[in-house]
Amino acid sequence: MAAAATTRTGVRPSWAGRRPSVPAWVGTVPFFGYVGVFLLLPTGIVVWDAFKNPAGRFTLSGLTALGNVQVRGFFIGSFKLSLISSLIGAVFGAILAYAVASGNPDGVIRRLYLCVSGVLAQFGGVTLAFAFLVLIGPVGLLFHAGWYFSFPWGITVIYAYFQIPLMVLVFLPAIDGLRIQWREASESLGSSAWQYWRYVGGPLLLPAFLGGLLLLFANALSAYATIQAWEDAIPYTVPQQIYTSMSSEVGLANINYADALALGMVVLVAIVMTGYALLQRRAARWLR
Amino acid sequence: MAAVTAVGETPLAEPARRQVGMQAGRRRRLNLFRYVVFTLFGLFFALPLLAMARFSLEGAKLGTWSLTAWRQIASYTSSEGIPPLLSAVEITLELAVITGAVMLVVVVPTMIWIRLRVRWLARAMEFLCLLPLTIPPIVLVVGLGPIYDKIAHLSLSALMLFWVYVILALPYAYRALAAGLSSIDATTLSEAARSLGASWFSVIVRVIVPNMWDAILNALLLTCALVLGEFTIAFFLLYVNLQVELYSISRNTPDAGVIFSTSTASLLFAFVLLLILSFARRRRGIRG
Amino acid sequence: MTRTRDGAARTAVEVRMEGLSRRYGAVVALDHLDLTVQPGELVALLGPSGCGKTTTLRLLAGLEDTDTGSINVGGRDITRLPASKRDMGMVFQAYSLFPHMTVRQNVAFGLRLRRVGAAERDKRALEMLDLVGLSTQADRYPNQISGGQQQRVALARALAIEPQVLLLDEPLSALDAKVRAQLRDQIRRIQLEVGITTLFVTHDQEEALAIADRVGVMKEGRLEQLAPPTDVYSRPATSFVAEFVGLTNRLTGEVSGGQVTVRGCTLPLMESGVPDGQVVALVRPEAVTLASHTSAESGPLVGTVIAVTFLGATSRVTVDLGDTTIMAQLTTSDASALPAGSRVALTIRPDPVLVSSSSSADGLVAEEEE
Repeated sequence: MAAAATTRTGVRPSWAGRRPSVPAWVGTVPFFGYVGVFLLLPTGIVVWDAFKNPAGRFTLSGLTALGNVQVRGFFIGSFKLSLISSLIGAVFGAILAYAVASGNPDGVIRRLYLCVSGVLAQFGGVTLAFAFLVLIGPVGLLFHAGWYFSFPWGITVIYAYFQIPLMVLVFLPAIDGLRIQWREASESLGSSAWQYWRYVGGPLLLPAFLGGLLLLFANALSAYATIQAWEDAIPYTVPQQIYTSMSSEVGLANINYADALALGMVVLVAIVMTGYALLQRRAARWLR
Repeated sequence: MAAVTAVGETPLAEPARRQVGMQAGRRRRLNLFRYVVFTLFGLFFALPLLAMARFSLEGAKLGTWSLTAWRQIASYTSSEGIPPLLSAVEITLELAVITGAVMLVVVVPTMIWIRLRVRWLARAMEFLCLLPLTIPPIVLVVGLGPIYDKIAHLSLSALMLFWVYVILALPYAYRALAAGLSSIDATTLSEAARSLGASWFSVIVRVIVPNMWDAILNALLLTCALVLGEFTIAFFLLYVNLQVELYSISRNTPDAGVIFSTSTASLLFAFVLLLILSFARRRRGIRG
Repeated sequence: MTRTRDGAARTAVEVRMEGLSRRYGAVVALDHLDLTVQPGELVALLGPSGCGKTTTLRLLAGLEDTDTGSINVGGRDITRLPASKRDMGMVFQAYSLFPHMTVRQNVAFGLRLRRVGAAERDKRALEMLDLVGLSTQADRYPNQISGGQQQRVALARALAIEPQVLLLDEPLSALDAKVRAQLRDQIRRIQLEVGITTLFVTHDQEEALAIADRVGVMKEGRLEQLAPPTDVYSRPATSFVAEFVGLTNRLTGEVSGGQVTVRGCTLPLMESGVPDGQVVALVRPEAVTLASHTSAESGPLVGTVIAVTFLGATSRVTVDLGDTTIMAQLTTSDASALPAGSRVALTIRPDPVLVSSSSSADGLVAEEEE
């Protein structure tokens, strides 16, 4: 861009007309530096420390500890809860998303449900646990659900509360991406509604659906605040165990253990999120 | 935790005419389906919130009504000398504002710059912005320990949480901003502005950003909702924010009605903000 | 007669639509439309947006319900039949190919719904692709082929189910000009070869005139005229048709004794029974001839050339007559002798003209509305 340019006041800006001595990417340094320090660095620290013992020497004992029965129990717990809550969230979220998408694009209901979804998908944690405690807990206003404190069903109901809206947010664009012409072409070629969904609508939505499912799964895996507020006495999931091992009196010796657990989580979530990203790309290709 | 779509984001595919031009029988069935779905889901989402709101209006004896819990928001100090609730609320609100501002300043110019001048970095930015979804806060916080130790030398205020909150907000904010940026033809606009003599700074600030207001507002509100609801990282780093404060009150005085009134208030607040946003969106005539 | 895959003859059907109406809230999209398409005929529905042509097509396809009236295909009343049972092939304006299926699978889709066996399906699909000239692209995906090719696949897909009626909803509107012309002719060729009753909707009058057996010009939910292209062009039934199809000069004239006098030229009237008096006559540019005018005298038919628009083989010459402007269409070689600024004398060929009694001023009527 060496053309001489002038600003409105007729003064040439200082860098016009000069060969750029600074490459353009320098402008992105603040961003990448920031993310580097506050995202990549901590992650690196976690990974690094997972391989160290309290004395600071390199060891694999943190990792081997991951193999023991107790730890496996936590991963299974996390896995179970995540799987169930993401399935429930995905299926019901898809249904709700379809209901929202098939209405007036500018209508009140759509706006309302999108706002609600935006808030609720974010707002799990402490607040949510309280709300359910008051609704179906021991002194529940609605009734006392005996299973409220059971794992995983009690906590699953709470997780559903933010999983479903999350699915709505993620899946809605996919449903909107289903062109009306496909439905109409399919019908004029002789398909019933069921045939349309089986041969056209369903396959087209499948990548987005699976992607949503994976996203919900990763979301549930990572969730901590909600389950901690629900019941903090017994750790069921990996995040809870990370907390316990970081704050117990036996304490410092277990930081590396916590790091190893964290590493395990990162790997697991990374795999899931990669799957999600790939499915999203496929979905976008068809439903743009 | 992982809502990757902006609230109210309407994808580029045209969802219009969904109901106009449909056969009457099919439309009837569809509307029935929709009303059933909205009612059922509406109940599911409303009940816990209503229970919480009801509980927040509970008086000293079960079944009575009282505004005590609400009045206490400003004045609550637990008997253990834990800091008052109000300052936690204030700090969190301030955090929301700071996080939003920093996030915009760091992300928006970088996004635009990359889009206009350094295209090959776009993938890297997208990856980094979505990465925080893959690294659960629980993991991130383990690695943030040493970094925040250093920060504590600078300031002990909980406001320092903004450094990491910006990172947490990245996935949502990026998604919202990217949608806004891609719906305008940034390259053409910038070339037109440059040919009229604008500097790069002007291009960004006077040409591109004003066309992205919707997206920016969206990103800000998602950030706000996130900060209001964040618990894990603040808790682990031993700071006190709104959710942490609510949690510790609940651990000490489980019946404190103020927990519910504050939670209800913050939920309402986030919801109203997002609702305002969706009604304040200006209708864009031409897309892409 | 149409061909089927076993060579047996199959009779084309008549489509009869009677009294069709459709409103959306306060907007009347169709107002008691009557339209009959003869067996094997291609009728083009032409008109500005909002005139109801697409609505007519969609009602026929069954994608929407009509408020009143009936639809008969081949003698059968299909008014209450859902779209999936109407046995019609439809080609949409764009984006109708299923993106997750190959071209071959797209074309075979209708057959699959009818439980045709895989081998038979495949054979039939390839036949159709041959018909449209795309058998080499059979295993590509829609996003890998061009817009024109996509529409050809859409046509193959619609024909694969051997429908009774073929419906085309502005199939060429989304394509480049060059592709549009080629594809238009190809569609017509195929339609004639297969011999299927066809309804073709377009807003492009050139398309309609080029391929239709009859053209139906629509305005505000009603059919203004349904006639062969030549008639629509040279014997427009109403001034709307005259002005929508092709260019028209509007010139004031005086009717008396069954003829109209326009600027000193006497022209026969197209309609009979026009009362005497002042009218506006609609004169086609090609009916106006120009000659160089060297003498100094002026008159109602003398003017100055103000613009020459080069259109390839012909040119349009705009002449200022003092009180109005008039357009003439000449071959380019003739027009080159009359550059801007030259004085010319006009004659108006005595073709029958349509007159309307509106008292709006003389002048050029603009190009056809989009």
